[in-house]
Formats: sequence, C-alpha cells, structure tokens
Amino acid sequence: MADYQEIIASYRGTPGGIIEAYHAVQREYNYIPAEAVKEAAGVFGLSEAQAYGVATFYSYLSVEPRGRYIIRMCESAPCHIAGAEEVIQAFEHALGIKVGETTADGKFTLELTECVGQCQGTPVITINSQPYAGVSAEQVPAILAQCK
Amino acid sequence: MAEEMRVVLRNYGKIDPLNIDDYINAGGYKALEKARSMSQADVIAEVRKSNLRGRGGAGFNAGMKWNFAYGVQADQKYVICNADEGEPGTYKDRIIMENDPHAVFEGMAICGYAIGANKGYIYCRGEYPYVVDLLNQAIAQAKAKGVLGEFDIEVRMGAGAYVCGEETALIESIEGHRGEPRYKPPFPPVSGLWGKPTIVNNVETFANVAQIIEKGGDWYAGLGAASYPGTKVLTLTGDVVNRTVIEVPTNTTIREVIFGFGGGIRDGKKFKAVQIGGTSGGFIPESLLDTPIDFDSMTAIGAVLGSGAVFVMDETRDIVDVVERIAGFFEHESCGKCAPCREGTMRMYELMKKVKSGKGTVKDIELMKKLGGVMSVACLCGLGQAAPSPVLTTITHFRADYDAKLQ
Repeated sequence: MADYQEIIASYRGTPGGIIEAYHAVQREYNYIPAEAVKEAAGVFGLSEAQAYGVATFYSYLSVEPRGRYIIRMCESAPCHIAGAEEVIQAFEHALGIKVGETTADGKFTLELTECVGQCQGTPVITINSQPYAGVSAEQVPAILAQCK
Repeated sequence: MAEEMRVVLRNYGKIDPLNIDDYINAGGYKALEKARSMSQADVIAEVRKSNLRGRGGAGFNAGMKWNFAYGVQADQKYVICNADEGEPGTYKDRIIMENDPHAVFEGMAICGYAIGANKGYIYCRGEYPYVVDLLNQAIAQAKAKGVLGEFDIEVRMGAGAYVCGEETALIESIEGHRGEPRYKPPFPPVSGLWGKPTIVNNVETFANVAQIIEKGGDWYAGLGAASYPGTKVLTLTGDVVNRTVIEVPTNTTIREVIFGFGGGIRDGKKFKAVQIGGTSGGFIPESLLDTPIDFDSMTAIGAVLGSGAVFVMDETRDIVDVVERIAGFFEHESCGKCAPCREGTMRMYELMKKVKSGKGTVKDIELMKKLGGVMSVACLCGLGQAAPSPVLTTITHFRADYDAKLQ
C-alpha cells in the first residue's frame, strides 16, 4: 500500500489539488485517515480545520474507516419509485448491518447516495464506484457472492 | 411522429471515442482550425448569432457570456467545462463524454481562443471515475496529435456535492475548497477561478460549439424554437416505456417526448405527472403536455427545461411520497452557507414528512407555500431558489394527493 505521505506529496504542485489528493488517498485506504488530513493541511498550506472542512464537505469522501467493498444505493426519486427501498432492505438483511455501517469483518460498508447518473436502468447501486443497473432484491445474494 | 435530430450526439455510435482519428475523419477539429483563422470577435459574434443558450439549466446566451470574458484584460483566463452532472434522472453529459469526448474538447478550445484563455478544466463528478479515465486518455491523444495547439485541458474530479453544479461553487471546488457558492457579482466571466476571468459552460453547450462554427450561427438559429434554438439531449426515466436518451429539436412538445419517443406509459397505465429538468423542476400535469420543451415555453408554465431529465410518473404514484423524497434530497444537499436554504430545506422536509405520515393539516400546506415563496427569492444560489419548486407545483397541480393525507 502506498504511503499517504507520498500520495499527498505527489499533488503538492497542483493548485487546489487537495481534493485530488484526498481521492488518491481514498483509492488506497477506502477512507481518509486523520493523519492524512493533517498531512494534507501542511502540504497545501491550510489549517487542519480547513483541511478537515474540505474532507467532510463532500459525500464521496469519508473520514471514517470503511469496508473493502463500499456498496452505495441510490435513493434519488427515479430509483425511489423503482423500488430502492426493497433493495436496501435486502442488503441490510443479507449483511446484518444498517445503512452507514460496516460489517464486523471489514468487508462491506453500506451507504446511501444521491443520483449516480445511470438512470437508464433504475434502481442503481454502485460497488466501489462500479454501477449495477436494474437491481432487484432477489439479486442481492448473487451480487454479494461476486465480492470475494 | 417527430424525428430525433442529432447535433450534439452527431457521432454517437459512429466513432470509437478512444480513437482520435475517427473523430478527425468525421470532420473533427476542422471547426477549431476555422475559428483560429477568424478574429476572436468574429468567433464570438457567430456564437451570439446562433443564440446558443446554456444547456446546464440556466439558459444564458453563451456568446454573450464569452463576450464578457473577452472584454476583460487579464494575464490569465480560464475555460471550465461543467461536467458535475448531479441532477437526479440526468445522464446526458456522461453519454456525450463517453461517446464523443473530442467534441467537448473542441468546443472548449474554440471558447479558449475566443476569450483568450490557454487553460481549460473539465470538472467531472466523482461518481464517474470511468469517465475521468476516458477523458484523460482522449486528452493524451489530442496532445499527441497536437490538435489543441497551445490550449491545455486538465480533468478535475468532483466528490459528490450536488451544489458544485453551481458555477461559483464549482470554481471553489477546483480551488480546493468546500464547494460553497460565492456572492455575485462579480460573475465568473469577470472574476472566476483564482480571481481570473472564467467561462463555465455545460458539457452539452460545448458539444454544440464546433457545429456552430462549421455550419454558421444562422443555421443553428434556425433549428427548433426561435428563442432557444438547437436541440436538447433528454434522458427519459420513471414509468415510461423507453428509458433512454434522445436528442430532439427544442420545439418538440412534452407529449411527443413521452408518448412518441418514450413510447407512452409502462404496463398500459395512465399518465399522472412528469417532472422535467431534474429534481428541482416543476411537476407538470396532463393538461400542459402540449407545451414545447424550449426554455421560455417551460418557464411560462411554471416549469423548467433544466438539465433535460424527463421523470415520468404513472397514475399509481403517490405524489406526496415522491416529493417528500425530493425534499429529503435538498435537505441533504444544501451546503449550509445561507440561512434561507439551510433552514428552509430542513423545515420543508419536516413538513413534507408530517404530511406524508398523515399528521399534516391545511395550515401546514399554507406554511409550505409561504416558506417556498421566501426561499425562491431569499436563497443565495439556484439550489435553494429552485428547491421549493416540486412542492409548490404539486400543491398547485396535484392538490388532491395532499388533501387525501391531511387531518
């Protein structure tokens, strides 16, 4: 795993690059550790409060540890009427966790999201940003089985 | 039935987006060459003459916007492509970028030449990492071919904030800050990214530009509706038979979109409502379906064209349930900078939850109308100003759904 210090340092010369740096850290760690926020503050010349403010403003970024597989269920109106609620309940049931939680083995995190722009096949989930369109509650066990 | 008209999606399905030669062989980058043989003022005049208006939702005349930035003296100017497509039910910009990225680059480069900018950014939403990869590959090909000349394009990734579709919030985000909208004026064409003159246009707007330069402003001005000429890319979602993407002239009616291109309502059910333009758009009843989709016709019926999302609901849908979900969306996406939006979206969501749960009264409906009226004038940016629209338009057109739940 690449060190967060190295990752952040590689964006030092990018004006306004803190968000790009956070994305890069998150690609490695699945979240942004507190030390990485502190590091980013130093590299980009911000106070720690400002760096934390940026990290927590954006819903795609997380400062809390998350699982290896981040499952996000779209809850925007087109997915809502297509049965998003049943799908999220099926995930909660299958994983034994509620939305916002991570399984004890650190494998899965379940989150809600707003529209992910794949509305040709509602309802939509993403697993580590990969979209799955037209998902039904019945498909949930098979989808989870694909995550090794 | 009316026909599709492909201007923006002219190369859709015809070229390999990751083979720049395909784009060039289809006539690509000739318009940029032509623009560079014209004076900057003439390029802007041509775009003004076309009456191309912003495709992201605000509908501002693109050539006029460019002219503001052109007229400002500065050591550096910027061109930003707004690809932070976050409007629920919208995926047109993804379709454009995935299928024809160079059409977007060419439009940006023409804008850069016209206003005197040598640097462009594409701010692409974080939910599309696969699009970011594709854009970066296509940019590398354009650089290797040298077609962009001195004009440089860099892709920046958003991180899941709907408000960053607002141009000054987007600029804040590129600068590495929280994506909170700025006070205006000054507007970005005068003082935008790092305080420099900046043009922010939507993906679809830029994808029109090369065609305008190639075929002329008069040609474009003659397409579709006179006051908002050209085509619009629409994404059809909800209870419509064909959940798909189409591009139609702007004088096409809503009825043609839903019952012609969309194939009507699923499962033999009846139409109840359509929300156009994204989740902040007004809800439209059957009686207004013969309205053309152009910007001004939509505004005249209290709706918007917005991003071009077309969200169809059949007779079985509970409007209060859908609008409560939408109110929850705005409560979540409000950035919190201004009080009317921060507090207003929260109270509106509370009231909608109360009505949905059967505990609401006529007084709550009146309160929502009053609150919505205040938000639409007092909020700092378009997010808060438009947020009450689904509530207000459904109270007007679908009052029976509310009354059925009141105490």
